[in-house]
Amino acid sequence: MIITEAKYVALDGKNIGIRAIINGQTMGVPLDPANAEYAAILEWVAEGNTIQDAD
Amino acid sequence: MSKAAELAALIGSQTALSNRNLIINGAMQVWQRGTSTDTISNGGYLCDRWRINHSGTDGNVDVDRSTDVPAGKGFGFSQKISMDASESSLDASDQIRVIQRIEGQNLQSLKKGTSSAELVTISFYVKSSVAATYTVNIRDEDNDRDNSKTYTIDSANTWEFKSITFTGDTTGALDNDNGRSFDLNFWIDAGTGFTSGTFYNGTWAAGDNTKKVSATTGWLESTSPEWYITGVQMEIGEQATPFEHRSFADELRRCQRYYFRMTDNTSQSSIMYGRGGGGGTAIVAAAPMPVPLRASPTITTTGAYHASDHNSRTSFTPSSIVASGWHYQSVNLGMYVAASSTITDDDRVCLIGGNGATTLEISAEL
Repeated sequence: MIITEAKYVALDGKNIGIRAIINGQTMGVPLDPANAEYAAILEWVAEGNTIQDAD
Repeated sequence: MSKAAELAALIGSQTALSNRNLIINGAMQVWQRGTSTDTISNGGYLCDRWRINHSGTDGNVDVDRSTDVPAGKGFGFSQKISMDASESSLDASDQIRVIQRIEGQNLQSLKKGTSSAELVTISFYVKSSVAATYTVNIRDEDNDRDNSKTYTIDSANTWEFKSITFTGDTTGALDNDNGRSFDLNFWIDAGTGFTSGTFYNGTWAAGDNTKKVSATTGWLESTSPEWYITGVQMEIGEQATPFEHRSFADELRRCQRYYFRMTDNTSQSSIMYGRGGGGGTAIVAAAPMPVPLRASPTITTTGAYHASDHNSRTSFTPSSIVASGWHYQSVNLGMYVAASSTITDDDRVCLIGGNGATTLEISAEL
C-alpha cells in the first residue's frame, strides 16, 4: 500500500478514525488493529511518518 | 471392499464430506469490484478474496474474469492475470503472485503447532502461456513460518490439473481469532530476491523471502504473458478430492464478510439513516450489511449524497466516512460521515444516493 496522507477524524474531541489517502484513494480507516489499512498506517508511522491531528 | 466403499472410507478417514474447501471463491464466481482492470495496484483485489501482489514490473498488471475454463469440470469462470508489457530484464525485486489470506479461526482444524498437525492438500486448475515450473507457497503469518512446493505446467496454453500436499507443521499454532494467520500464494514469477536462498521444497522453516520461490519461470519476460486459475481447493488430508462446488449465494455471502459494495440506483434508494452530530459537521449514521463483517472496515465513498429529513433535502459530498460502530455478531455498521454545515445536531435524516452515482465500498479484507 502506498500511503500519502493520514489525518485523524474526531467526534466530540475523541479520535474515532483516520482519513487516509492510500493508493491514490481517500479512505476512512477505523482504529482497529485487525483492519488491514490501519495496520499498514501503523507500519507507515513506524517508518517515521506522522498522522495529522484532527481539525 | 468395493471401489466406492474404498473411496468413502478414504474420504471419511481424512476429512469432512462437506465444507472441505478452506478457500473462499475458489471457482472465481464472485467479482463484486468489477470484472476487468488494466492496472491493478499492488495488494489490490478484483476477484473477491484473491489479492494480487506485484512489484517492480515494467508493465501494468491486468486482471480479468474469463470464461476460459477447463472443459467438463463445471466451472463458469477463471481468473486471468496478464501484463500489458513484457519485462525487459528481470530485477531481483520483481514479483507477481495471487494470494488468499485466511483467518486463523477458520483453520484451527489444521491443528498446526501440535504433534497432530494435519497434512494439507491444495488442488487447482491452471493454464499459462509459459510452460515452466511454478511455485505454491503457504505462509504462517502468526509465527513467521513458510513452506513451498513446485508444480510444472507441461504444455503452454493448456488447462492442467495440479495437486500439491504439504506436511503438517508441528511448530507454531495459528491464532484462534479473526486476524490474518495463513496465506496461500500462487507465485507466477519472481526475481532473485525470492529465489536465491535454499528453496523450502516441502519443509516448514522460518520465513525468509529468498527461499520462497524455486526459480524464475520466465513469465514476466515472455511476450504477452497470460496465466489463468480456477477450481482452487485447500483441504485437510493427503489426497485432493473433487472440487466442492458451492452455490453463488453461498460464495457471495462468504465473500461479503470481507468486502461489500453498496450502490444507489436511478431511483435514489436509501443508503443510510442517521442524525446530525458534531455541531453540524457530521452525520452519525448506520447501514445494514448483508452479513456481519470480519472486522471494523475501511470505507471508500464516491459521489454525492442527499440528506433528507421530513421536509427538506440537502446535497453534499462527504470528505470521509469512518466506521464507528462494528461488532462481530452484528449486521448493522455504525458510520461517521464527515460533512460540514450539512445537518443540525440531532436532526434525523435518511442518506440517499446521488442519482446512481454514489458508491460506498466496505472493506474488511485481511
